[in-house]
Amino acid sequence: MSDAEQKTTPLYQEHVRRGAKLIPFGGWLMPVQYSSIVDEHQAVRKNLGVFDISHMGQFIVSGENAGVWLNTMLTNNTERLEDGEGQYTFLLNEKGGIIDDLIAYRILPNEFLLVVNASRAEEDCAWLQKHLPDDVKLKNRSADFAGLAIQGPRVADLFHSLFGEDVVPPARNRIADFDYKNIRLTIARTGYTGEDGFEVFFAAKDAPFIWNEILGKGEALGIKPCGLGARDTLRLEMCYPLNGSDLSPEHNPIEAGLGFFVDLKKTQFIGREILARDKEKGPARKLAPFRMTGKGPPPRPHYGVFQNGDRIAEVTSGTLSPSLNYGIGMAYVPAAQAKAGTELEIEIRGQKFPAIIEKKPFYKKS
Amino acid sequence: MNVPDDLLYTESHEWIRREGDNIRVGITDHAQAELTDVVFVEVPKTGRQTKAKEAIAVVESVKAASDIYAPVAGTVVEGNQALESNPALINTDPFGEGWIFALKIDNADDLKNLKDAAAYRAAIG
Repeated sequence: MSDAEQKTTPLYQEHVRRGAKLIPFGGWLMPVQYSSIVDEHQAVRKNLGVFDISHMGQFIVSGENAGVWLNTMLTNNTERLEDGEGQYTFLLNEKGGIIDDLIAYRILPNEFLLVVNASRAEEDCAWLQKHLPDDVKLKNRSADFAGLAIQGPRVADLFHSLFGEDVVPPARNRIADFDYKNIRLTIARTGYTGEDGFEVFFAAKDAPFIWNEILGKGEALGIKPCGLGARDTLRLEMCYPLNGSDLSPEHNPIEAGLGFFVDLKKTQFIGREILARDKEKGPARKLAPFRMTGKGPPPRPHYGVFQNGDRIAEVTSGTLSPSLNYGIGMAYVPAAQAKAGTELEIEIRGQKFPAIIEKKPFYKKS
Repeated sequence: MNVPDDLLYTESHEWIRREGDNIRVGITDHAQAELTDVVFVEVPKTGRQTKAKEAIAVVESVKAASDIYAPVAGTVVEGNQALESNPALINTDPFGEGWIFALKIDNADDLKNLKDAAAYRAAIG
């Protein structure tokens, strides 16, 4: 696909105006960086960063049986959600393979907002539609809504500068509506960076205004517009998986080490049998975080992972950690090699470099 | 963008400084600005023989690894070891301390195929 065939978000002109470098990502032309990945990464770790997440899919599922039905489609338990609460969860195929990872928010007693990956939105929608009962409604509102992720330790200060000192922000994993200058903002205390943060959803037509208001109000707090480059280094330092790299239909959430978001007490959901089996027997492979131990190039996706001369896996995600200043990555290694402390080698341009399996996350707040 | 007049250039954004029978090679200011945040450089070993346009070094930013090409045929006489501990020299001083390797060239006539500063400026717009 050429750049001209990529979709653009309602903030495309703003990105161009602020000098962003744009790259294709999951069918969208998105900013990879504005100034530098390292600068943007540090802005989020120390102050604040704002990401355009308008490319992400947004679905509304409603009806009296919406929660009951979603519980048969998703791995986590929607029954546990109070009104105004969200949870990380998976959409699986019949074999337990991951179609998508997403956040499901209960926004009203009988209404859910699903926020899904841009590259999987159409497939997710088709899969949900295929299983949709008559008494549940599914609406794909992606084209009409924009989204921003505002992330960093000073995000509560930004919230109060937008809404006043007396307005209480949502607590972690909670979601609520707020009006800003007569524009309805749905604000969730969620994110993909390991920092405190909000994800804000609103009508697409208001996107340039809201974007500029947030950058304006955030200026005194050190806010920076951030691209997908920093989003990737931030999430990988936390070992948060990226769909298409670390997650795919070839792998299930148990192998990915994300069983916490699978409720096997539920008697039925698509993919349950395979997950129950893997949970009981232990998966053959596990997604394990590793770091480079010597000097050398950073690991990258698809590099070979070796032990005692044998190729045992392939890197799914890898980069140089801007916070830790060494190479970090993840790979689906055989379960016996997945323990922290296991020594491995990563093959980079024909040469092998030492690495060690770590515990997640790589980055811990000091 | 800084494009010094006294250097030669390639389409793949290397710069070339003539030093007698040798040339010194790095990447341009334009190239470092595109890459940003250089975090690792693999410099070629002394004595390595190369053809023109052969991938001979690697510059890695946070996001990606990029090949660096030999502008002409020759033999590597020196690699910039300072880049091992300080790869960011490519960002801070691309035409000076951030040089990548020096090459003894096989044939000085090969340099005629390279761009001058005006042609390179036109190429990067």
